[in-house]
Amino acid sequence: MSTIAQPTTEARSGKMLRAMVGIGILCGLLIVLTYEGTAPIIKKNQAEALEQAIFKVIPGTKQTRSFQWMEGEGFTVVDAESATTDELVYGGYDAAGKLIGMAIPAQQQGYADVIRILYGYDPAGQTVIGFYVLESKETPGLGDKIEKDEDFLAQFEALPVPLNEEATAVANALQPVNSGKKTQPWQIDCISGATISSRAVGNAISESTARWAPLIQQYRNDFTIE
Amino acid sequence: MSKPGNTIDHTRTVPPATDEFVKGLWRDNPVFVQVLGMCPVLAVSNTAINALAMGLATTFVMLMSNILVSLLRNFIPKQVRIASYILIIATFVTITDYAIQAISVELHKSLGAFIALIVVNCLILSRAEAFASKNNLGRSILDALGMGVGFTFALFCLGAVRELLGNGSLFGAAVFPAGFQPWIVMILPAGGFFTLALWLLIFNAAKAKTATP
Repeated sequence: MSTIAQPTTEARSGKMLRAMVGIGILCGLLIVLTYEGTAPIIKKNQAEALEQAIFKVIPGTKQTRSFQWMEGEGFTVVDAESATTDELVYGGYDAAGKLIGMAIPAQQQGYADVIRILYGYDPAGQTVIGFYVLESKETPGLGDKIEKDEDFLAQFEALPVPLNEEATAVANALQPVNSGKKTQPWQIDCISGATISSRAVGNAISESTARWAPLIQQYRNDFTIE
Repeated sequence: MSKPGNTIDHTRTVPPATDEFVKGLWRDNPVFVQVLGMCPVLAVSNTAINALAMGLATTFVMLMSNILVSLLRNFIPKQVRIASYILIIATFVTITDYAIQAISVELHKSLGAFIALIVVNCLILSRAEAFASKNNLGRSILDALGMGVGFTFALFCLGAVRELLGNGSLFGAAVFPAGFQPWIVMILPAGGFFTLALWLLIFNAAKAKTATP
């Protein structure tokens, strides 16, 4: 043993350093290349998914417009790419250009992560007409029932959210309640076994309608297109 | 190196290349025999489709990391090998995540929560450490494919049973008549342990039977 020259500590450290840095650079390069390669496709996919979601939550839609909300100015038509704020709502129109409903994004902390949804709102009938989950990491088999439970979904097909007489606020904010405890029209039955996830969906729509429903009513002329 | 003893040892311990693939399927099945990678096995096997997708994603990551580890096996000093392997595995998990997002938003929606879990699958690390770092590229590829298929098969065995009993369906299509009351516990973590225990029991009983003449 003593006759064989051992590599010095510095030499071994140098080798380790070289290996780690080398692998780090290689891995970084691989990730960057994949990201660069897939980013445009992913963005396109997400835009398509949003577009399809709008058609899903507003039945009968033939064309859509994106609207940007500006305090004091109301809603203005924008391209999704050129929007300067995150506060976008989408209008769904029939072939003749008549407004059928609005699609509004909302989000709320769920069980695993933030649940992002898009829901349809009919301003004329002051009714929620359906929702679609854009992004959720809820537990498969339990939390993901918010997308599959038929009784839960049926509640949102025609959920009245009437405004008060002055149209300045919703008459009764939507309120998620435990499964089977629903007694009022503005309450939402949660799913037993997915209470946190379904409550998050209920709260997301409740908070969002409380904010947007009066504004959409107030600025309803902004949504007229030729 | 020229000592005859060495050569004999060498040929005796190296099995035919096809064996590297076959061993992962049954004899050294990662789940039923090695009992490795239990985290995703128990967490993601609640439906058949989740189990299959997770198995395939794991196979891909294992294949790619085995390739890279095998190619770099003489370059990585043994003191930093675990850190290097984890770095390589995490890289391919990230790449898989992007790739699935690019393939389909829907698929990513149903799998999103599990992709990151692949990093902590000790099966992949164990194949890198125990096999790829000591064998050439071809054998490492065969080993990864065999283990991957074996892992996917085992996950599917669990997923199918749990979905069938816990949801009354298979691949999302209802199997039992409408009156069937699903055993919710089978979808919950406890059901994963029950099903795994059941499969291990069957597997070991079958093995004991073939072992005794």
